[in-house]
Amino acid sequence: MAVKDLTIPSTIFLLTIQNNMEHIVIIGNGISGVTLARHIRKLSDKKITLISGETKYFFSRTALMYVYMGHMKFEHTQPYENWFWKKNRIELKLGYVKSVQTKSKTLHFNSGETLQYDKLVIATGSKPNKFGWPGQDLDGVMGMYHKQDLENLEIYAPNNETCKRAVIVGGGLIGIELAEMLNSRSIPVTFLVRESSFWNGVLPEGESAMINRHIINHHIDLRLSTNLREINADENGKVKSVIIHETGEELACDVVGLTAGVSPNIDFLQNSEIETGRGVKVNRYLETNIKDVYAIGDCAEQHEAIGNRRPIEAVWYTGRMMGETLAQTLCGNRIKYNPGHWFNSAKFMDIEYQTYGWVHGSKGRPEYETHFHWKHKDDTKCVTIAFNKNTNEFLGINTFGIRMRHETFDKWLTEKRDVDYVINHLSEANFDPEFYATFEEQILKAYYHQLQTAI
Amino acid sequence: MSLAKPDALKITITQKVALGLGLVGLLILSLALFNVNFPNKSIILWLTLGVITIGTIIYSRGAYLTKLEGIKNDGTWFKSISSRGFWGWSAGILLTAFYIILYFYPEYLGLGKDGAENTGIIGLFDPLSQLLSGRNASQWFVYGTLYTLAILAFGYKFFLKYRHNRYQQVRTFSVMFFQLAFAFLIPEFMYVMNNDLPYYDIKSIWPLNYYIFDEWSVKGFLTAGNIGLALLVFGILSIFVITPILTYKYGKRWYCSWVCGCGGLAETAGDSFRQLSSKKLTAWKLERWLIHSVLVFSIVMTTAMIYTYLGYKSNEFWLTRGVFITSVIALLTVIFIGVMVFRHKEFGKDAKYGAIGYFAIIALLLIMHFTGTTDQLFFIKSGSLRSAYGIYIGSIFSGVIGTGFYPILGNRVWCRFGCPMAAILGFQQRLFSKFRITTNGGQCISCGNCSTYCEMGIDVRAYAQKGENIVRSSCVGCGICAAVCPRGVLKLENDSMKGRINTNEILLGNDVDLMKLVNEK
Ligand SMILES: Cc1cc2nc3c(=O)[nH]c(=O)nc-3n(C[C@H](O)[C@H](O)[C@H](O)COP(=O)(O)OP(=O)(O)OC[C@H]3O[C@@H](n4cnc5c(N)ncnc54)[C@H](O)[C@@H]3O)c2cc1C
Ligand code: SF4
Ligand code: SF4
Repeated sequence: MAVKDLTIPSTIFLLTIQNNMEHIVIIGNGISGVTLARHIRKLSDKKITLISGETKYFFSRTALMYVYMGHMKFEHTQPYENWFWKKNRIELKLGYVKSVQTKSKTLHFNSGETLQYDKLVIATGSKPNKFGWPGQDLDGVMGMYHKQDLENLEIYAPNNETCKRAVIVGGGLIGIELAEMLNSRSIPVTFLVRESSFWNGVLPEGESAMINRHIINHHIDLRLSTNLREINADENGKVKSVIIHETGEELACDVVGLTAGVSPNIDFLQNSEIETGRGVKVNRYLETNIKDVYAIGDCAEQHEAIGNRRPIEAVWYTGRMMGETLAQTLCGNRIKYNPGHWFNSAKFMDIEYQTYGWVHGSKGRPEYETHFHWKHKDDTKCVTIAFNKNTNEFLGINTFGIRMRHETFDKWLTEKRDVDYVINHLSEANFDPEFYATFEEQILKAYYHQLQTAI
Repeated sequence: MSLAKPDALKITITQKVALGLGLVGLLILSLALFNVNFPNKSIILWLTLGVITIGTIIYSRGAYLTKLEGIKNDGTWFKSISSRGFWGWSAGILLTAFYIILYFYPEYLGLGKDGAENTGIIGLFDPLSQLLSGRNASQWFVYGTLYTLAILAFGYKFFLKYRHNRYQQVRTFSVMFFQLAFAFLIPEFMYVMNNDLPYYDIKSIWPLNYYIFDEWSVKGFLTAGNIGLALLVFGILSIFVITPILTYKYGKRWYCSWVCGCGGLAETAGDSFRQLSSKKLTAWKLERWLIHSVLVFSIVMTTAMIYTYLGYKSNEFWLTRGVFITSVIALLTVIFIGVMVFRHKEFGKDAKYGAIGYFAIIALLLIMHFTGTTDQLFFIKSGSLRSAYGIYIGSIFSGVIGTGFYPILGNRVWCRFGCPMAAILGFQQRLFSKFRITTNGGQCISCGNCSTYCEMGIDVRAYAQKGENIVRSSCVGCGICAAVCPRGVLKLENDSMKGRINTNEILLGNDVDLMKLVNEK
């Protein structure tokens, strides 16, 4: 009797502990998963487990290229020292999740282990696209996404003796990074781009053309409007050459980089009840169809795109923002993922690129959007300002070779400034280092010149 | 000099020739070291300096002018010299040995003792010294010449490396100019004009220039008439008036990466080693203890030294010991109280350490005052304090470790861990300066280039990825973090004090309401 009396309250006590110590399991330790874990820790005392099949410690994927180029060692790409995780009581688990059972809230690992969760967050990122090209799985053919791809590249392209030529298929941001990487080791590169000009699905014509020239100036064999037909193997199953679709030309090469975009890395969810499309389907609260299961980052797909954004946003910043947002929801303050004005940046070899607001290439450009374009005569700097031709409202800016201030453009976009205002106040947004030459006057002149000729 | 050379495996023929030239120059210098007697010293000397310079110039042109403008860090971590490989260690050991000989065994360099004629490498430099100031060379003249040459030649290399970056070029030009004119030529000319004057590089400010208030130095100034007095007054104004004003306006960079000779060498000859500085939190902790201990040591040492010579002939200087020690304590107290009252917030958690430092100094000074006799301070022979400082800090720390260990610990070891001047400037920068590195909203991709290439070991990324401005006492404003950032996230700026230190939980780009909710908590 006495024993029973004791057990009842102690079970209640245990239950409350368990409630406080709700176990949040995050699959994927990329920027989205890590941001989420950090913010949950700031807001609560919940138990957090971060899983990855790639590396135990978080590293910056965007910096992989610099490791191959010798700018950094791999350890430099890790934003937090190893003691950070223990100190913040974030448990790390190295392992690949094979399947998810949402009914029993269990994860199954490749190793046969299992793990129970109270809430599950899928932040598994992307994987490189492969479009079924013959030979796409040969040795020496690789994507450029995971750390393992980098290790692979180090095997097949350590220098220009082992790799006499590399062919890159797909002209996007990762493709040009891969070209720059190989170039840094003096490996000749042929760059196959399906489009008629580099990344012109996103970039307006003038900019895209400038980047074409910049690529060629780096002695890269840029082939526009060119597709891959197949990849040929030598007797050892290693890539020997590629055949170009349009001309049938055979190009000898030792490495083929497949960089034709990425798609959500969610094959392990195939047999689960979680609803997927191209990515894991989520609502504005980043919730999936299953209770207590969420998805963020590259692998999340919105039911309906937000504004001009795509349903799947595979960029660093959105992953981080989703992490920041979901942490609130998981800690009791349920809020929508509601990103502010669009921004992004990249670097094309030596030319930095930033964008704020929306500037469309020829694809998907709204009928009211028109552009003012200025290019410096040295062919490494240019600016494109998009505005509404009916109302003159400023819509967005692309800037190459000139750094601009995020905060300023964010403010102008919120204030719905018109294009005249923006052009006249451009110097306020300049973010170049001190003593740099400035171009606002030239830009202003060019703008009024274009206006006059337009009238 | 051309130690940063044997790096790339794949250098062009021209570069190999250039490397060879530089090595020939070094070979002649080392032959001189072994007392080979050259027939026409003057010609040999010019030839040596000439081939080293030309070698560096040709090599740099081959390295950078053959490529498009942009960041040139390809292969930095593969090259043996810049990644603590075989060549890195070799260079480190050679440099360290050179500094040990220079500071402690100058006779091996050929310094003539007791009026004997110079031989060896120092003898080789006699003609140049004669030309500039009409006296024979000393080991310091040889060192000064090589030092200046290193800054000029590697400064040129730096120019080419950053030919797309005006900030880098302007500040490099500045350090080259200050080294050549202020540290090298002007002191020689000053000697010609008035040979009572002690060697004085007027851009070298106390406490970096720890000997300026030495007895011989002060006496030298005072006996040299008005010009001497003017220089002494300038020396005092430099630290108490000019320095705080310039640091307030521009941050400590005005000195550390625009004017200072130590900084000058670090930025030019040391540029290949900036990535070797440790970014660990533990290194930061060590840095703060070490540099502030050196500062305390240097203040106590200088005060004690002046105190000693004020003591023995009370009528020689108008200042008496009592007045002097009281005014030092008063000044420190004013600064301490001022900071605690007006800057408590910025000081934050460090206030405790500031207080420890302050009370340590005051206690030491009082003990000194009450235990001091004419020739004993703290019960030890006065003067040993000064020579201990000279040997351990002035020579071993700043020279042997500070420069000798470039290829191992990075190019700013001294500036980061030891320089008391940097500590004072850093203190001003942290508390009263318009300078900061602004981060660009949400653009950071946490790549780590900035942290890797920060020579002061600041984890710049830790701030940038939180959208937080960088306001750190150790930042010398070299601007390399901003240069290497591939996303245009960092900008060195002088702006208003308000909002300089910002802490963000959520970065620009997210939901405005969420940002408000979290950041304004
Ligand atoms: C070379 C390169 C350069 C880039 N540059 C930029 C840039 O400049 N700017 C920008 O905005 N974006 C850039 N991106 C895109 C950006 O890196 C991604 O958007 C971002 O990293 C996605 O973060 P995430 O957290 O969603 O996923 P990820 O970073 O992909 O992390 C997911 C992790 O989950 C692991 N994982 C997946 N499935 C499982 C499983 N079943 N079990 C266990 N672990 C699993 C993966 O191995 C991975 O470690 C770049 C991408 C690449 C590859
Ligand atoms: S933070 Fe930047 S500017 Fe400051 S010392 Fe480091 S690299 Fe130089
Ligand atoms: S500030 Fe720039 S260099 Fe530093 S981590 Fe961010 S993106 Fe990289």
